Amino acid sequence: MTTAFKTDETFRDEFRYANSDAAILRFPLPFPEDAYMYSVNIEPHFASGATNVFHTAFDVDEHYVSECRERALVLAQDPNRCIVLPHMAQAQWDTLELLMESLARDYPQHFSLDRDGDRWTWQNRPLGIHDTFTFGDTSTLPYAPFEYITRQAQGDFTLQDQRENTLYLDGGIATTQADWSVEFNVGMTFHEWHGPVPLAHEMGIFDRALQYLMRVRYGHPGRRLNWTMTVNPRLDTSPENYPAWGPDRTTLTPENIGDRLHLRVELQSFYRLPRSNALLFGIRAYLASINELARVPKWGRRLHRVLRDLPPELIAYKGMTRFHAMAVEHLAQFDDGASTAPGIGADIDHLPG
Amino acid sequence: MMQTTLLLRVVQADLLAPTLRRLVLEAADGAHLPPAAPGAHITLTLPVAAHGKPIRNSYSLVAATGQHYELIVRRAQRSRGGSHYVHDQLAPGAVIEATVPHNLFPLATQARKHLLIAGGIGITPMLSFLSALRARNARVELHQLAAADEVGVFEGLLGLRAGDGLHVHQGRAALDLADLLARQPLGTHVYTCGPASLMDAVQDQARALGWPATHVHREDFGAAGGEPFTLRLSRSGQEIAVDGEETMLEALERAGVDARSLCRGGACGECMLPVVEGTPDHRDHFLSDAEKASGLLVMPCVSRAQCATLVLDL
Repeated sequence: MTTAFKTDETFRDEFRYANSDAAILRFPLPFPEDAYMYSVNIEPHFASGATNVFHTAFDVDEHYVSECRERALVLAQDPNRCIVLPHMAQAQWDTLELLMESLARDYPQHFSLDRDGDRWTWQNRPLGIHDTFTFGDTSTLPYAPFEYITRQAQGDFTLQDQRENTLYLDGGIATTQADWSVEFNVGMTFHEWHGPVPLAHEMGIFDRALQYLMRVRYGHPGRRLNWTMTVNPRLDTSPENYPAWGPDRTTLTPENIGDRLHLRVELQSFYRLPRSNALLFGIRAYLASINELARVPKWGRRLHRVLRDLPPELIAYKGMTRFHAMAVEHLAQFDDGASTAPGIGADIDHLPG
Repeated sequence: MMQTTLLLRVVQADLLAPTLRRLVLEAADGAHLPPAAPGAHITLTLPVAAHGKPIRNSYSLVAATGQHYELIVRRAQRSRGGSHYVHDQLAPGAVIEATVPHNLFPLATQARKHLLIAGGIGITPMLSFLSALRARNARVELHQLAAADEVGVFEGLLGLRAGDGLHVHQGRAALDLADLLARQPLGTHVYTCGPASLMDAVQDQARALGWPATHVHREDFGAAGGEPFTLRLSRSGQEIAVDGEETMLEALERAGVDARSLCRGGACGECMLPVVEGTPDHRDHFLSDAEKASGLLVMPCVSRAQCATLVLDL
């Protein structure tokens, strides 16, 4: 796959961001049907699925270079966006190995890794990085291994230690997150950091998800999709950055909502790490405006129906209270009442118009 | 996408004792091997001709480097043929299929001290623990129980040095478990591997002394066979004989039933099946005590039947 990187996008201030037709068609829509409710929607993450976003371990798309620059900006302002507890040192190297091996295997035109015993040479051509280092020796890298490699990947990552029959969030990097914070959550158990989610606890979702996650095996990763909505193509909707993005919600009007309101999808992936036995979560954010998505006829109909029928608790939890009615009204124009095919795929090869 | 099976070539095979064979394995294609955490195992696919279909046996990795995996296999007295195959047929140069490493016996990251108690061949995961714990300068104490004629072998494997906290005891009676567990500092985690009776004793003693259950870890491989019984599948009406030396899961697979499984050691829960009639002999560590008592579920990878016929909802 050849990707033309959009190198001058910005996810703040004046916002310069758009999806190509190809990027819209491969968007990982999280709605397999016209209604949404929580479920344990975890499946094996192998090289297949309704969108080619699923066809590689860690998807690299046209926004890669710009997203990595945005991450560096956030880390420069706020170094605590990346915290890893001391007992996760081995998991840091596991993460570096997994990401380097996966990127070099899936995108040989962009990345390469040469291993000569512990002497490793890593090339990242899109970012112009060419480093030789000693695997296991942090002093040979410009950052600790987890931060070093996740600065070169899209999406956030967390490291979970598995002990006492649960998972502890004992490390992570988050600069593209939907209103949660590594600094706040670090050290929490799986049930603690999911505490704020409504309804799902009562449904036993987290108990079952935890049982699944604790059994994820090395070589057999899992994935799920999660979603929310974000005003403007802003990656950093963190609690730390709330003063910047909180007021965005007041700027929506019936005229601009189609271009400014974005569906924010998280592709979450789960990997068992081999040396540390820790669990790595990838939390990759995809942004597309509702007008971009409505260019796929099936998705325009479906988005309207899903939002229209969303339970009030979810409208509140996803921060949509203020603009929910306006969004449903805007989307109504794309819904002619026709039925939609099941599954998340766009079901077309080219966008109409 | 990611590798899930490996082809391994035997590079070295030597007898440590009449019933203990050590295998050193490398990737058949010369690539580097996936790393493995201390306590991890691999599952070998052994083409035992007499068994009709390959036998899958799990063995702890004694050592794992990028170049080599090392296993120690005991020739089992009650064997389906797997360990005999390893002892009699696997010579240097042979190539076998194996899973990538999987870990059901991880070291606790927060332990202040690690107490290792092994019986016989249960030494294998302890050897990988010892290397890892020594490398991190962790506090560790090990007690290995051995039959009289194997004391020397285990002493050699452990590389005993005075004052290093490692002890080999001849016979079970030589170790006072109650005293050992009672004198451990707070924050100690105990790991046990070996005969079920030893692991049960460690677990019961620790519980009696008030140890938190989360600080007691055991490795359960190859829960041995028992009396033969019959499985009846309520939906298809099919009857399948489970002989004394195979598991219920193996009997289902042999009969062509599409049964799910993962760890094949009673730990992961993947193969769980609903019971319609009959009383299971639960040998797993997945179901809760209440679930076991209800008799409604069974883990066919390790559990058996306390009755002549067990009826499953299949």
